[in-house]
Amino acid sequence: MSMPLLEARGLKASYGPSQVLFGIDFAVQAGQITAILGANGAGKTTTLRAICQMVRTSGSLRFDGTELVGKATESVVRLGVAHVPDGRGTFSALSVDENLRLGAYVRRDRAEVARDIDKAYARFPRLAERRHQQAGTLSGGEQQMLAISRALMLCPRLLLLDEPSFGLAPLIVAEIFRIMRSINAEDGVSMLLVEQNANLALDLAHHAYLLETGRVALSGPSAVIKADESVRRAYLGY
Amino acid sequence: MSQGHTMNRQLAWALGALLVVAVCMLPFLVKNYRVFQFNLVLIYAIAILGLNILVGFNGQISLGHGAFFAIGGYTTAVLMDKLGMPYWATLPFAGVLCFVLGFLMGFPALRLGGHYLALATYALALAVPQLLKYKKIEGLTGGVQGIVLNKPEPPFSFRFLGQPLNADRWLYFFTLAVAALMFLLAWNLLRGRIGRALVAIRDHPIAATAMGINLPLFKSTAFGVSAAFTGVAGALGAVCVAFVSPDSFSVFLSISLLVGLVVGGLASIPGAIFGAAFIQFVPNVADELSKAAPWAIFGVILIGLMYLMPTGVMGLIGTLWARFKPKAGAPGA
Amino acid sequence: MDALLHQIFSGLASGCIYGSVALGLVMIYQATHHINFAQGEMATFSTFIAWSLIQAGWPYWAAFFATVGITFVGGVLVQRIILRPVEKAPVLTNVIVFIGLLVIFNSVAGWLFDYTIKSFPSPFPQQSVLATRYFSAHDLGSVGVMLTVLAALWAFFRFTPVGLAMRAAALNPESARLVGIRVGWMLAMGWGMASAIGAVAGMMVAPVVFLDPNMMGGILLYGFAAALLGGIDNPGGAVIGGFIVGVLENLLGAYVIGTELKLTVALVLIVGTLTLWPNGLFGKNVVTRV
Repeated sequence: MSMPLLEARGLKASYGPSQVLFGIDFAVQAGQITAILGANGAGKTTTLRAICQMVRTSGSLRFDGTELVGKATESVVRLGVAHVPDGRGTFSALSVDENLRLGAYVRRDRAEVARDIDKAYARFPRLAERRHQQAGTLSGGEQQMLAISRALMLCPRLLLLDEPSFGLAPLIVAEIFRIMRSINAEDGVSMLLVEQNANLALDLAHHAYLLETGRVALSGPSAVIKADESVRRAYLGY
Repeated sequence: MSQGHTMNRQLAWALGALLVVAVCMLPFLVKNYRVFQFNLVLIYAIAILGLNILVGFNGQISLGHGAFFAIGGYTTAVLMDKLGMPYWATLPFAGVLCFVLGFLMGFPALRLGGHYLALATYALALAVPQLLKYKKIEGLTGGVQGIVLNKPEPPFSFRFLGQPLNADRWLYFFTLAVAALMFLLAWNLLRGRIGRALVAIRDHPIAATAMGINLPLFKSTAFGVSAAFTGVAGALGAVCVAFVSPDSFSVFLSISLLVGLVVGGLASIPGAIFGAAFIQFVPNVADELSKAAPWAIFGVILIGLMYLMPTGVMGLIGTLWARFKPKAGAPGA
Repeated sequence: MDALLHQIFSGLASGCIYGSVALGLVMIYQATHHINFAQGEMATFSTFIAWSLIQAGWPYWAAFFATVGITFVGGVLVQRIILRPVEKAPVLTNVIVFIGLLVIFNSVAGWLFDYTIKSFPSPFPQQSVLATRYFSAHDLGSVGVMLTVLAALWAFFRFTPVGLAMRAAALNPESARLVGIRVGWMLAMGWGMASAIGAVAGMMVAPVVFLDPNMMGGILLYGFAAALLGGIDNPGGAVIGGFIVGVLENLLGAYVIGTELKLTVALVLIVGTLTLWPNGLFGKNVVTRV
């Protein structure tokens, strides 16, 4: 098997004195969607924040061979990792258009950037309608669309998504997940997805990890996990 | 109680008594000018203690306590000069006036946190010296020239170790007595309910309100008490220096008091003495290091302290003590 | 009527200066949520640098732009070296560090350039066709310079990618990092720009009030008042606040209390604004704290 795009070994993370991750191993294969599941407090969000070096980490985190632990967040991003954080992380006082332009901040190819902005508007027509509106005035679903679009403006190799379904109506969630699948299929963007809604996540992802209080309880191809009824009942509650 | 405990108690008493004797003998062992400097240390200690009540214990930042020092000093000067009041009687007046002004300053302060209060008090520190030079009240304040006073003569004659009890030495004991009184007052105030309430307001204001502490009243009172302490210090200062003028109370005085507070340690009562000694003697040292820019050295020390010793001298002592003291209860440790 | 107009125009001219100082303060506040108490002293120091260059024979505008450049770099260095270590420290620690800077700049200025009052040239000739009874050529010129600076700043933030990145870094540093913005350097640049604005203000005011290490003390206070009046997080408000404060200062000084109590007026303005309009006239964020 080829080397994974992102590989974590013995990853530990803490917020100040309290440790949240106790040495987890996981991998994201290039071109695939990987899901991290688990209950509240299991450490899912912390895992994504650890990748972006937003919390204190130790252990090994290799992105395409480069060690991430100890780097500044900006440097990790510049390597091609885009993060859609929980809470969307949009610049609410700036316009939709300005948010998208910021997503492409590190890119030098002006013409390509303009084309990508058009692509984003084509993919999410609602954003096009509101392009000069303040991002803070958008609805929850629209903000999620904006957050994903902004992350994609980086032309990332790896896209991290933290609970994209959170607080959104089922119809909007379905639309967003459909678009995520197509982004992965067409543009080959690898994704690491954190979700509480295990059903949705297993439908989308190729591979899944289940976290329980900072440790990997179980992992495998999502089809296998979905099919195993006892695992589903015991760990995923359905 | 074990033998060890009784021995410790006796040792503490003995050391304490020794300290008192040493302090009382001190003015007779050194020259007049040194005594004068020691007086200033005591005075600054009271002022810094006042500042500490507000900043250290109650968490309100003041860059303007020099203004209260000035008002206290001028109160004494005017009362002595214009009304012929004896020096010791002026102290309560200075204290009360400054309490009222501090309390009033507390009201706009209620809505300000952090830098806004620092800003407003900085403005106070800059405005008061200019106000004291105002021509319209020159008759009272002496304008730019200020007011010259006479140093009080000691009430009785006394010789010790070949040195007479002169004005400066007498003022040393007077100031010492007032300082002891004020430190005792502060200690009493701060270790009880009031002290805990002040700290609660500093650290958890919302919880404090929920527990029924009347925040506006406490914060304004803290301002008032703090100003009163510094005002009394200013009054003593006027007596010891025998002179007040607007330029002796520039914004640099407020800054000095803050420096002294930080050096000694926030929320530490004994720290005020270290801080006072620092601001009295270090500028002289800095002056020798660099004839040209002593304040620059002060500024560097300020910044350096914030990096290296943010808890001040008392904090450092506390940390060292915790590290080196023998573990309680360990046999033969 | 004549005298009144004169006071108003004069007030607008000084208001421009206060507005610039206020703008520098607002820029730093927006990015770091700290008030730069050393703003005035740094501006004075920069003006001394300009003075030295002119004394050494440099033509005015060469010295002007060189000083702006040097000040920008100086501001960046101050932020990176001295302020970054205490970025996360409590407010009191930061205030003390700022006071330390204030004291150092003031003292070193006195040491390097001594305390005698110096005259500083104005690039706008006395006998100009533009001078009238109501305002001097310098008044008009300095207003022109300041407005140019403000316009350039506005364009920078509105139209350039770096300007956008700086706004983003100030609004939401964490999200800014997630798009690859080096937030630390954005802060440093903000400091550099605010310091440079202060230098321009200093060079515009020095011909009028003469140059000495304590030149900006009172002006800083008026800058504070202007920033608070306009809303500490509103750059446009800072400029308008400056004009209001300038005109008010002149009118009060001429007709109400005389010119001796300027600092008390500033104090009253500051305390009054904080008590009556804690958000300023145009600000958005709430200032009140429990």
